[in-house]
Amino acid sequence: MAYSDKVLDHYTNPRNVGSLDKNAQEVGTGLVGAPECGDVMKLQIKVNPETNLIEDAKFKTFGCGSAIASSSLATEWVKGKSVDEALAIKNTDIVRELSLPPVKIHCSVLAEDAIRAAITDWKKKNGVASEQPAEKAAH
Amino acid sequence: MSTNGHGNLPPGVKLPIYMDNHATTPVDPRVLEEMMPFFTGKFGNAASRNHEFGWEAEAAVEQARERIAKLVGATSKEIIFTSGATESDNLAIKGVAEMYREKGNHIITVVDEHKAVLDTCKRLEKYGYRVTYLPVQKDGLIDLEDLKRAMDDKTILVTIMYANNEIGVIQPVAEIGKLCHEKGVIFHSDATQAVGKVPVNVIKDNIDVMSISAHKMYGPKGVGALYVRRKNPRVQLAAQMDGGGHERGMRSGTLNVPGIVGLGKCCDIALNEMPQESCKLAGLRNRLKDKIFAELDEVYINGTMEHRLPGNLNISFAYVEGESLLMGINDIAVSSGSACTSATLEPSYVLKALGAGDDLAHSSIRFGLGRFNTEAEVDYVAARVIETVKRLRELSPLYEMAKEGVDLKKVKWAAE
Repeated sequence: MAYSDKVLDHYTNPRNVGSLDKNAQEVGTGLVGAPECGDVMKLQIKVNPETNLIEDAKFKTFGCGSAIASSSLATEWVKGKSVDEALAIKNTDIVRELSLPPVKIHCSVLAEDAIRAAITDWKKKNGVASEQPAEKAAH
Repeated sequence: MSTNGHGNLPPGVKLPIYMDNHATTPVDPRVLEEMMPFFTGKFGNAASRNHEFGWEAEAAVEQARERIAKLVGATSKEIIFTSGATESDNLAIKGVAEMYREKGNHIITVVDEHKAVLDTCKRLEKYGYRVTYLPVQKDGLIDLEDLKRAMDDKTILVTIMYANNEIGVIQPVAEIGKLCHEKGVIFHSDATQAVGKVPVNVIKDNIDVMSISAHKMYGPKGVGALYVRRKNPRVQLAAQMDGGGHERGMRSGTLNVPGIVGLGKCCDIALNEMPQESCKLAGLRNRLKDKIFAELDEVYINGTMEHRLPGNLNISFAYVEGESLLMGINDIAVSSGSACTSATLEPSYVLKALGAGDDLAHSSIRFGLGRFNTEAEVDYVAARVIETVKRLRELSPLYEMAKEGVDLKKVKWAAE
């Protein structure tokens, strides 16, 4: 299948690959997907306790090129944002940015889930109540 | 196509590299050369009985028939020409099912057969036939005891492939055929991947009906053959194509003379060159395997190495997803067992049949080495695969978790 230039770019030069200390107070970790389905994403955020801004983000992904690109892009986008701004990122934004074909939309959904899961984990650790009724991964 | 910036290629390597010879093969120049006159000057219809053009075409077809028969230990009258192995499989299975309907309605096949066999059997189920799908063992071989148990007095046909197209595993064909003959059951084998690659002999292998394809053995696409045994036992087929009664009434339609000439030449070459070629291919295949195994941990071979096509290697790379691996080696044409691009997101049914977990099935690559691959290409492919798997494992949360000692089977995954 043909990949868009942006997917190829993220696949070849993924941004923010790596891991943060999952036990650290200011780190939130999201692990979504399943090996049997061919996609697993781990996305981590590090929130500055003073500014409440996401000052770092890292990911690791097992999955196709579009899944790698979606999670790489997600880490780029959440960096520098507040937690609430990061929650506003929609999978459709990722689809548009990467020109994902219909069969790859699930990759963008997973990336959105990963952001939400990381934020939920951070909120739980830091006793921040979710403003909306608890967001659950859409499955 | 991208060269991934690999500017300094070793001598003898030209990108992209083709290593997907189970999908199709290039036409051997010697084959093409023999075919060429039959497109223009010698264009006659092999069924034209009244002039030189027809006689010339017919003579060429008969020579091809003899060459094919010779390669597989048959007689030329037992070879029927078709458009390819899919048609041959359809004609064999539907033709036997229809012809022997009074005798019984039970067919036995195997879960990892090609879709041309499986879907034909599924269609017959709709028409009242009963089909048993035998499992395969972890090594890809069937258990002959399973076959024995599956046979009953309504069994008319056993259809089991000679060599599998994904994992290259060669079934114990001669024993299967022997069992069939003891029970008076017809044995069809789809030998698309085997003929021309390993010694196939319909007498020794106890095969009654056998499908053959040209484009898997360095011939043109769109032509194949069906071997139909004429004695001990004599097999009859109900034609599935009505028309002018070509091919002894079993397959109507004007013969594809250039294609048939090509198929004949393929068989002639294979007859002469198979021993050296299969030795060379097994050598290259083992070189590829050894290099990969020397550099990477947690790689697994799918199917037994002992009974296997010389050019086949099917490997699962744990913690790496197949499609992303293919993307990383996009200057090499191979095949992945992961069908992530299809709407179903289902991994290979062949690998699942072996009992490999879905995760490993998603991580597999099929290398199909062929006549024109070189040692330099194998070395390049091995290096690219190793480098890409290492890079993707750095990216893989599963590899990280496994290294931390997490049992991935016990993790509660969010997406389930």
